[in-house]
Amino acid sequence: MEKRLITLNVNGIDYELYINPKTLLVEAIRDHIGLTGTKRGCDTVSCGACTVMIDDMSVKSCSILAVQAEGKKITTVEGLEKNGELSPIQKAFLDNGSYQCGFCTPGMLMSASAFLKENEGKDVTEEEIREGIEGNICRCTGYNSIVRAIESVVKGNYKEG
Amino acid sequence: MSTEIKELKFTTFKTNIKYSVINKRVHNIDGLAKVTGRATYTFDVKLPNMLYGKILRSPHPHARIVNIDASKALAMPGVIAVATGKDTPGVKQGIWRRYPELCDEQILPLEKVRYIGEPVAAVAAVTEEIAEKALELIDVEYEVLPPVFQPLDAIRKDAPIIHEGVERNINVTRHIEWGDVDDAFAEAEKDGYIREDWFRTSSQHHMCMETRAAVSSFTPDGKLTVYCSTQSPYYMQALLAGVLDMREGDIRVIAHYVGGGFGGKFELDAAIFCSAVLSKKTFRPVKIVFTREEDFIASKRRTPMHYYIRTAMKKDGTFLAREVRVFTNGGAYTGMGATALYLTGFFCSFPYKWRGYRYDGYRVYTNTLPSTAMRGFGAPQAMFCSEQQIEWMCADLGLDPYEVRRKNAHTECYEVPGQAYIQSCGMTQCIDKIEAWAKSKGNLGPNRAIGVSAAGFMSGGIFNWFDTPYSFSSAVVVINYDGKVDLYVGCQEIGQGSNTTMAIICAETLGVKIEDINVYSGDTAHSPADLGAWGSRQTLMAGNAVKMAAEDAKRQLLEFAYAEMGLNIVYDLDIKDRWVHVIARPERGMKYEDLVKRAIRGKDGQRIIGRGYYTPHRKGMISPAYSYMMQAVDAEIDPETGKITLHEVMTAHDCGQPINPLGLIGQLEGAASMALGFGYLEDQPMDEGKILNPNLVDYKVIRATEMPKTDMIEIDTYEAEGPYGAKEAGEGLTNPTAAALGNAIFHALGLQMKELPITSEKIVNALKEKKEKQGK
Ligand code: FES
Ligand code: FES
Repeated sequence: MEKRLITLNVNGIDYELYINPKTLLVEAIRDHIGLTGTKRGCDTVSCGACTVMIDDMSVKSCSILAVQAEGKKITTVEGLEKNGELSPIQKAFLDNGSYQCGFCTPGMLMSASAFLKENEGKDVTEEEIREGIEGNICRCTGYNSIVRAIESVVKGNYKEG
Repeated sequence: MSTEIKELKFTTFKTNIKYSVINKRVHNIDGLAKVTGRATYTFDVKLPNMLYGKILRSPHPHARIVNIDASKALAMPGVIAVATGKDTPGVKQGIWRRYPELCDEQILPLEKVRYIGEPVAAVAAVTEEIAEKALELIDVEYEVLPPVFQPLDAIRKDAPIIHEGVERNINVTRHIEWGDVDDAFAEAEKDGYIREDWFRTSSQHHMCMETRAAVSSFTPDGKLTVYCSTQSPYYMQALLAGVLDMREGDIRVIAHYVGGGFGGKFELDAAIFCSAVLSKKTFRPVKIVFTREEDFIASKRRTPMHYYIRTAMKKDGTFLAREVRVFTNGGAYTGMGATALYLTGFFCSFPYKWRGYRYDGYRVYTNTLPSTAMRGFGAPQAMFCSEQQIEWMCADLGLDPYEVRRKNAHTECYEVPGQAYIQSCGMTQCIDKIEAWAKSKGNLGPNRAIGVSAAGFMSGGIFNWFDTPYSFSSAVVVINYDGKVDLYVGCQEIGQGSNTTMAIICAETLGVKIEDINVYSGDTAHSPADLGAWGSRQTLMAGNAVKMAAEDAKRQLLEFAYAEMGLNIVYDLDIKDRWVHVIARPERGMKYEDLVKRAIRGKDGQRIIGRGYYTPHRKGMISPAYSYMMQAVDAEIDPETGKITLHEVMTAHDCGQPINPLGLIGQLEGAASMALGFGYLEDQPMDEGKILNPNLVDYKVIRATEMPKTDMIEIDTYEAEGPYGAKEAGEGLTNPTAAALGNAIFHALGLQMKELPITSEKIVNALKEKKEKQGK
């Protein structure tokens, strides 16, 4: 298939890529742009390790083509931190020990961030938090520390910036 | 007869020492890298001029390799090399190096394949896609041989032979015995109670989020660097040296971040081996990453077992004797499965005192994916069978299962005859706490109940089947002019938090802050040899080495402080929170930073270097120390659908002195999720040796929505053999859960579930059967 020139906006920066149109977004991010924070854990869109945010929605980046993300605002784990300052959810993950091996963590953080965006200012239940990260597998933590971290951000224990 | 050890007079008291760093909530020292995407796993490694490798795998469970023709693949543009067994020194390797007959696995075999998915050739190409396509162009001619899949079939006289010369496919046998078993059974025949049951435990896959991955780089000077996802860089270095016919010292193994291990990543795997072989052929770096499917079908799994237990007790619930026979499905090769065979036999006696105990274990070769270590290392299988049977026996006799467990439980300073010396033991306290908790819950309503299980685990194995000439753990502490500390350890961080635990122990010992410590691990170029992360060994063994190294460095510092301060020699000095002081008069002292500067000047400018090491001696056959626990699972089962809803998992846990409390909670919760999966979800069903669910759609693991609430009650004990009284925490927590779930189902529905995983379907069928029986 003929290669194409596309522009992807990742973490606020435009990247021009000359790629096969069948390239998955996760491949574009990892292999072409070189942002390896985003992981892959399966070939069946089942694990969530590749989760990024597209226009504030969580998307499994192995489930769409890079060309489908053109013109959209893509955020990866590298985009959560601003000038060395961690985002509230990153701080909450640290305080709650919400990671072990860390391989699911970037995807988990992106699902959590999208969940927090979507529910900003709303009351959420623990059940809703769990549903918010249901698409992400973590083999290490048993999820509860992750749920606690998200809860603590919902409660406003962490202020942006 | 149970023997109380007379000469051992340690008590499991709780020390009143106030720690500055130990048992405080701290961020993991590699947390920042992990929450920002900076952590670089083998999966992320990219080297200049790198090639990509792919592995061709056997479609047959048992076949002779007649010929491999790779010429078409080699002719494909972009393909740089193809490797088969002929390109290797052809060494059969294994992790039980003391026993050559158990070193039975040739990755890229020359003669035979023994399971579906076994590697037969590997391709290196300029892209992964080309390598993948090239696999289709390799012609392998097989002579298909009759296979055998089940251990009980494989031990028959007429079964196909999987390894030449291994009669009845019996790979390893294990016998453990103490006391007078027959006498005790005879007593029970007369005036006691005997029960026997058969169980079957299933396979479970480690399912690490990072699949097997390696990047190997061989250079013309004969040196090899391997980045890999491993639990033991030292093992990989030593094993690679063996199979590549190289000097250990010419191989550097790097594993900075590892995306999960759980027992699956401390044998040499095909990603590591094939990438190294291809790199040797091409003099270019070669990267191999298993797909999820490859990981499921061709990286080893938890050992499935057929379990027979016969148990005798007095009518009042005093345990008399137990006889256990186990056949494990070993799959095609030995690996660490031999150790699982041993440990399951020992832990089936746990955590109780028996007048007589006899275990016979048989590990049987079959034409299936080899089985190996997985978190709990044979003990979860043992507990599933043992703890359910005990519960049923109590019900049969109308006895209180808490009382019965308490009556027979290990206690401190107990010797398991000829096997183990137990020093600290909080088992009875664990039982008390869980009993109180369960009773406080009252009546939970229909189809819902709390099931419990006791368990324990080792804090590292004392055996040296690997035949290392080095200490089991070592550490080097270097103090710099500014007082900051570099800590070099060979213990391996795989997410369990060992880097943080070692930093805590080092900081506590030296009397500095955790921020003062830089930990260097995961690289054989600078990390001293250490057996790595398995068998729950690191906190105790590497922790002792770190403590010793820090004490060595501290002693050198304090020599200068004594001289400097001109003290009466009866006074003791210590360092705490960077303050060097007279213990009796803490206000008298000097700053740690100042002392370091003077000491380094006094040593002619040398940095202060402390060394530590640990190898267990005279600690029985298994481990220097044991954790204890009791766990309760509150589960509700829908009798129509068999669906299990998990409400809560509560654990009372004795791990000695907790070192890193946040890490401990994480271990508890993670173990619970994995062990619940073992209990009711995870399995690798096969058809003629072919795994039917090699993907994450069909292989179910627990998701956030299914995970119950978890909590823990810590039982304070002090383990004399552990650093600061610490022992195992994390792996052992996988042991009780499936049994506790089984017992919950027993109490909720009256079902005795003898086969793992306890799926909804099995529950529905069992209920149907029960109804039919009642109807008759
Ligand atoms: S990689 Fe598993 S869902 Fe995308
Ligand atoms: S932290 Fe290891 S998979 Fe989530």
